[in-house]
Amino acid sequence: MIDFNNTIDFMGKRKFATMFSAILIIISLGSFIVNGMRFGLDFTGGTQAELLFEESPNLEDIRNTLGQNGFQNYEVVFFGSDLDVVIRIQDVQEEGLPLEESNQTGDRVLAMLEEASGQNIELLRSEFIGAQVGDELREQGGLGMLVALIMIMIYISLRFQFKFAVGAVVALAHDVIIVLGFFSLMQFDFDLTVLAAVLAVVGYSLNDTIVVSDRIRENFRLLRGVDATETINSSITQTFSRTIITSLTTLLVLLALLLVGGEMISGFAIALTVGVLIGTYSSIYVAANVLLYMHISKEDLIPAQKDDPELEALP
Amino acid sequence: MIVFVIALSVVYAAPNFYPPDPAIQISHDSGLVDQSVIDTASAALIADGINYLSAELEDGSGLIRLQDQNDQRRAQEIVQLSLPDEYLVAQNMAPNTPDFLQSFGAGPMAYGLDLSGGVHFLMEVDMEQAVSNQLNDSIAVMRRLLREERLRYRPPIEVDDTNRIVLRFNDAETRTAANNLIRDEFPDLISRNSEVGNEFILYYQPTEASILLLQDYALQQNLSTLRTRVDALGVREPKVQRMGQDRIVVELPGIQDTARAKDIISTVATLRFHLVAETNAAPGTTTDYEYEGLPITLENDLIVGGDSVTQAQATFDAQTSLPQVNITLDAAGARQMNEATRGNIGRNMAILLSETKVRTVTELLPSGEIVSSSEPYEEIRVISAPTIQAALGRQFRITGLMGNEANDLALLIRSGALAAPMYFIEESTIGPSLGQENIDRGVLSVQIGFALVLVFMVAYYRLFGLVANVALAINLFLLIAVMSIIGATLTLPGIAGIVLTVGMAVDANVLIFARIREELKNGLSVQKAIDSGYGRAFVTILDANVTTLLVAIILYSIGTGPVKGFAVTLSIGILTSMFTAIVVTRAIINLIYGGRKVNKLSIGIKMPEPNTSKG
Repeated sequence: MIDFNNTIDFMGKRKFATMFSAILIIISLGSFIVNGMRFGLDFTGGTQAELLFEESPNLEDIRNTLGQNGFQNYEVVFFGSDLDVVIRIQDVQEEGLPLEESNQTGDRVLAMLEEASGQNIELLRSEFIGAQVGDELREQGGLGMLVALIMIMIYISLRFQFKFAVGAVVALAHDVIIVLGFFSLMQFDFDLTVLAAVLAVVGYSLNDTIVVSDRIRENFRLLRGVDATETINSSITQTFSRTIITSLTTLLVLLALLLVGGEMISGFAIALTVGVLIGTYSSIYVAANVLLYMHISKEDLIPAQKDDPELEALP
Repeated sequence: MIVFVIALSVVYAAPNFYPPDPAIQISHDSGLVDQSVIDTASAALIADGINYLSAELEDGSGLIRLQDQNDQRRAQEIVQLSLPDEYLVAQNMAPNTPDFLQSFGAGPMAYGLDLSGGVHFLMEVDMEQAVSNQLNDSIAVMRRLLREERLRYRPPIEVDDTNRIVLRFNDAETRTAANNLIRDEFPDLISRNSEVGNEFILYYQPTEASILLLQDYALQQNLSTLRTRVDALGVREPKVQRMGQDRIVVELPGIQDTARAKDIISTVATLRFHLVAETNAAPGTTTDYEYEGLPITLENDLIVGGDSVTQAQATFDAQTSLPQVNITLDAAGARQMNEATRGNIGRNMAILLSETKVRTVTELLPSGEIVSSSEPYEEIRVISAPTIQAALGRQFRITGLMGNEANDLALLIRSGALAAPMYFIEESTIGPSLGQENIDRGVLSVQIGFALVLVFMVAYYRLFGLVANVALAINLFLLIAVMSIIGATLTLPGIAGIVLTVGMAVDANVLIFARIREELKNGLSVQKAIDSGYGRAFVTILDANVTTLLVAIILYSIGTGPVKGFAVTLSIGILTSMFTAIVVTRAIINLIYGGRKVNKLSIGIKMPEPNTSKG
């Protein structure tokens, strides 16, 4: 176990950490440009059906059947097991479907595949999402992320100080970009549940950053004759065991979700796992690092002293 | 207080731990189900060798609980076969809450579609069409008004692309006269003059408020139409809800046959006005119906159809304040109505609702196999038969109604047709086996995650870890109880939220315990260390949780369906975990260590002995 009695020189490695973060972000942004995001059905619109076969089917045969029946933009993959197949069809009408002639693509696909394969196939689920719904969601998702970051910035500015708010928001943006970059690089589906996970990562990483910031603030007021770097180092050291333990318990439950939660929730679990790892790192290195780059000092926290009666009044 | 909260949470969380029974539900088209129906159904099940747990009447419908979920489909078909067609038999899951818990008003959480299986539709109402329908209708009235007053205009009267009605005249005098005439009839339209060359133009633009009202009306009407149609499916707890300005969500848990659900949602219902026949009517020109249990004979000639009804609203008479229904017809309908009623004052006029429904026809083949097919049929019923008191025109009212009758009648008249076309913009079906699998996997994830955290906490923090674990268990109960009480719907991402809460909820305790350890190392006495640990960690916990809560709220506001479920779980989890991690653990710690002098804390570190140097 790590000896927490001696202050660890976290900030001594800050140049290295800045490099490391920069590289991760460059890789992420590069992947956005080269690979793009692989948006899930929620965002692209289209039709998707999950089918359960009796015997493992040949995916190429399924693709041929779809092609022969006039579908153009489709994708066929195994989902979880080799009996379980997901078919995604991107041929969507822009306008949605009139009530009377509603979309029967899922049923049609089922019927044509049953005929072609001679198997009894179970339709586990089918989804149709209009293109305009997808567009709206993408807009709303981006907007939500932005609103979240701004609200957080305001809250932290009020409760702490502006430099802390910048540090926290930079750390969050850092985490979000890297998690998204990971999904882009691995070409995992980015759907609505993954978006939810990314926002949960924002919440988690923020939690971590606040705990560290809180201690930095406390120590700036408490420790005298100590420079900023050292204050930050001892603050991180003091909170380090807590940071690691909370990450561990969270990773433990995510592990459970990843192992037994099933395919429908795996994207969510992966995003959170990556997010928790990055979030833990960023609360140590990114937020504090930004504080140092912004030359945080004891004086920055003196105006906040006026707020103290309020703080102390809390039970 | 703490004990009370815990007891309460156990009571409200408990119903979720009794698994529901697979069941089939029998309901009647219009009316109640009685014991004889239940007897017939259960006899049919016994004859087919299907075991059931109970068969009873519940809120006017029959509920038969089955032993085995695999029997559900067969049982549904067998029972449908044994009963006349007007009975609807549907599959569902019957909650199994014991009576003593029910007496507290406790019940299990509802499952989202990803857990229960079922069909989800999102429909968009074409609002432009709703507005332009209304404007075209107004044009027809204007045309008639102008013709009647012999005011010459240059045809055609049309709607331009900014939703204005455009009328053209040859001179200013005619235009003024026309405006005076039309203004009275359409107070919701704003007029504006303009001259182009030798044309004198009159624009009418609906006010912003009237367009909003119109759209709202269109949505309400489509909503009530859909409700009526969905009710015909006999699904337990269907959801038909408006979403935002122009969308409607339909969720039908337990339904497997999407095609049939769609057929019914797209059912065409029409409204027709007929005169009630006089006793000397020529044979062959009338048809017999039933109205409120009594026979009624109607003329075959149609006065107007429901497509002529542009509005039907329940209001109160200004003088008598008795309920009434105001009906507005379109121009053509108004003329026909006027012609038909002018000479028939004193007679009765019946309002007929004809619905094309789809029924499942089930057949038992000699081989024992059951075949089902869908077959459309028309159902016609008389919904009202008021007396004609004057020649009727574009607007008339139906009076002599009691309390709710006016509302129901207005709803029924409106539910005949859709106010504007609708489109499916989202649709999903989740099979029952996938739903069950999701539940099983979700529950297993919670169990495993919970167990891992429990072991870790005890290993690291010893007795304090155990205390945190007790708090965590209480937190889990509290979370489930709060979700049950507020009627939250449990979804797969919601379960993921519970799992995540389990992992993150110990954070507050970790913070507190870490502080206590620190204070002990700084040489504080045990009681002081506990005190200051809780005190100093509190502000940190508060700040950290408020910001996370902020994120959860934003997530809720942008999310739809399943994601909302996740946000709800996360928010409640944050609040309950703050309570358990701070208040509950403190109480337990005080119980263990309170009121006496303690030298050692079991918190997973070597305690510095008073006289030895640093270990």
